Amino acid sequence: MSVDIASFTPGLSLAGGLVIGVATAVLVLFNGRIAGISGILGGLPGSPRGDAGWRVAFLAGLLVAPVLASLLGKPVAADIQVGWREILVAGFLVGIGTRFASGCTSGHGVCGISRGSVRSLVATATFMASGVLTVFVYRHLLGG
Amino acid sequence: MSWLTALLSGLLFGVGLITSGMANPAKVLGFLDIAGKWDPSLGFVMAGAIAIGTIAFQFAKRRKKSLLGLPMQIPASSSVTLRLVLGSAVFGVGWGLAGFCPGPALVALGAGFPKAWGFVAAMLAGMAVFELLQRAKLNQQDA
Repeated sequence: MSVDIASFTPGLSLAGGLVIGVATAVLVLFNGRIAGISGILGGLPGSPRGDAGWRVAFLAGLLVAPVLASLLGKPVAADIQVGWREILVAGFLVGIGTRFASGCTSGHGVCGISRGSVRSLVATATFMASGVLTVFVYRHLLGG
Repeated sequence: MSWLTALLSGLLFGVGLITSGMANPAKVLGFLDIAGKWDPSLGFVMAGAIAIGTIAFQFAKRRKKSLLGLPMQIPASSSVTLRLVLGSAVFGVGWGLAGFCPGPALVALGAGFPKAWGFVAAMLAGMAVFELLQRAKLNQQDA
């Protein structure tokens, strides 16, 4: 292992993390809800009356953020290295996996660990390990 | 009023993901690639978010209602199930393959990247399959 010093952004990443923390604080303190993206999105279709509005508003904010960044002259730089086949397979696995796990990086990784949930800690350790293993197999064993 | 705070939260969440570099899948894959050139940035994002989150949930746990008078809906389940572990493992494979998890994928979709649109469409399909399986299971139990 070697650390990629050129890509490492400790200051900006910590600052962005603090802002994400504030976002989860706003949602739980004002709305009483967990800022878990897969749950907010996945729970939208079957949500009862009166439960859809906050979900749509949250997702709208998430989608508008990059537009705002562009207007401020800081367009989002996303370097998507994999091909379409991988993108579609990956999207499907993330969709079905996060719903079965009742959460993703935000719901389990940030909110769950913040409230001291063992369940979320196990979920986070599992998807981190699985992600690391996948990158290892795909990049280093298959050379993809 | 409650939709306004939800909008603000979503907006802040997006700004945080963009600032931290996590809307860029190459950076996420850099974190997961511990055998290659490792980029520890994602760890710093988690640390920052959890630091604030821990304080917020300390307050939230003591309240029955939110500041807007809404019920506190904090998950009560504490059981580690096979479903939780298998679901997380499947999610991790997708995450490691593309470098996208749901939040960053939506941000990249908002930024207009065609592959992010494709990823989110496939993700919604995966979520729909989950719903169908859930419904089939419920029907089986009813029958």
